Amino acid sequence: MSDGTEPQIKIYDDSGCTQKDLFKWSHLLSCSGGYRPSGGWDISSAFRCLEFAARVHSEPGPNLRLAWFQNYLGLVNDAGFRESLFRTFVFLLINLPIQLILGLFIALLLHKVGHEWLKNICRVSLVIPLATTLAVVGLMGRLMFNSSFGVVNYAVATAISLFRSIGPLLQGHFQVMHGFWRHVVPSNMIDWLGNPNLAFATVSIMDCWQWTPFCALVLLSSLTLVPTEIEEAAKLETDRWWQVLWRVQLPFLLPGITAILILRTADILKMFDVVYTMTQGGPGNATDLISVYVQRVGFRQVDQGVASAQAIVLLIITIILSRIYIRYFYREI
Amino acid sequence: MAAIHTSKRRFGIAHLVGLLLILFFCVFPFYWMVSSSLKDPQLILSQKPTLTFQPTFENYQAAFQRNVGGSLGISLFVALTTTVLSLLLGTPAAYALARFDFRGKKDIWFWFITNRMVSPIVLALPFFLLASNFHLIGNPIVLVFIYLTFNVPIVVWICSDQFRGIPKELDEAATLEGYNSFSIFWRVALPLGAPGIAVSAIFCFIFSWNELLYALILMRRETQTAPVVATSFMSGYQVPWGQIMATGTLVALPVIIFSLIVSRQMVRGLTMGAIK
Repeated sequence: MSDGTEPQIKIYDDSGCTQKDLFKWSHLLSCSGGYRPSGGWDISSAFRCLEFAARVHSEPGPNLRLAWFQNYLGLVNDAGFRESLFRTFVFLLINLPIQLILGLFIALLLHKVGHEWLKNICRVSLVIPLATTLAVVGLMGRLMFNSSFGVVNYAVATAISLFRSIGPLLQGHFQVMHGFWRHVVPSNMIDWLGNPNLAFATVSIMDCWQWTPFCALVLLSSLTLVPTEIEEAAKLETDRWWQVLWRVQLPFLLPGITAILILRTADILKMFDVVYTMTQGGPGNATDLISVYVQRVGFRQVDQGVASAQAIVLLIITIILSRIYIRYFYREI
Repeated sequence: MAAIHTSKRRFGIAHLVGLLLILFFCVFPFYWMVSSSLKDPQLILSQKPTLTFQPTFENYQAAFQRNVGGSLGISLFVALTTTVLSLLLGTPAAYALARFDFRGKKDIWFWFITNRMVSPIVLALPFFLLASNFHLIGNPIVLVFIYLTFNVPIVVWICSDQFRGIPKELDEAATLEGYNSFSIFWRVALPLGAPGIAVSAIFCFIFSWNELLYALILMRRETQTAPVVATSFMSGYQVPWGQIMATGTLVALPVIIFSLIVSRQMVRGLTMGAIK
């Protein structure tokens, strides 16, 4: 009996297998076909980049002299490039912790029991900053932080006058604070986008406005992974929420935090739209993040050789970061 | 007991205030943009912000005279075409990656995943040179091609995650029913993977709709997409704030309303890659 059935099964298996193989390859073809514009272009465009980075003149033509590594060596002495790279990392180091901590607080507030309907509204409203077009975020920032009619300046002025009116109640403390504030802000007309440091802060604020909700949403969904019994038990043990956070919730939060760190790092290296629409890298070069800088060198100063070399360096940095990213974040599929 | 009760209530109030603050900060900039777009241009420039005003559509009319309508059309065309093509190309690839083992799978997966890391500016110059060699500068088709390179990986990422969640037993059952591999993909995986496909479609649309850098460098004046037009009003002597905010509203509002409707799915998609 087994003699009779076994070949049959085998045949069936075989045919299934070949069909599967065929299907697999057809899918792969469609996949590579789908990817050809990107994969193919990525590679060829990277080569174009390499080729251009090695040229002296930007215009493609027959009479070109190879510059070999001159453009790359030039980068070593290129203060603008170095500074904008440094500035990008400073931006990253300032903004990431702020967004992460604020996002964690928001997530905890949304996770806490009580005010259910308000919590739902909040959760939905967190999507608004995320969905707003990046360029439009920059435009909003320019409107709200305008030095002569911006609503932020009005809020600051109101806060100051409020302080002044309750000043006598605070007695001596107010004078100190007021003096300090006057030192920071000489007039009620704060020129947010005109002062280098404030411009950097303003761009950071808009970036935080847009991306803190992302951190909050990721962390909130991590918080919901904590088994309720464990959380309840921990809350019976201690009154302190940070104890619960540190000992019970943190292990569940870690993957989300890692993901945020990595995705935000990538996004800030990419960051272009908000800076471009808000400050164009100015005043001076106070907000010249790397993408804006390379764009300006390549498309405004039309120094495509240098810009290509910068792009290649940026690509290398990105590859290194993505290697790290893959090691910590990506799990085998 | 009473002390605990009052401290709890105080905590509840703090909680309420915190939630209201979150709501305020999320909504206010958006509200401010929309309300400014409805204000008289002179009113926007007043130092004391006005909360009550007679809404006017003057700014929108002025914006439409500057070809904002056409640019919205181009944006819509680019975003829709990109979304459809990404889904067509991405879902089979995602299915293959989720279901089959083959040589080089790891490399292909790596290739897809790292696409998310690559800064667009790195590829901007080469894309520009390629597009100008093909005489495609100013043609919205080139934007479709370029956005595909960013959106196909997103589709693959999200959909392969979704397809992996479909139990393999279903495939086997379908095989016994006499389905071939393609109809398993078409009739089993696609319907069951619909939520993931929907999420990835949403993301594709939003990314292509919102993109600025490539649209800025690759399009000519007559084929600019809506975000580029919104930023282009900035140049010039007098900044037409009303028109800028009207254009900004037209660009951002559809996406925001759409994402509020699908907020649950969107949050799922955002956090999908993150907490696995």
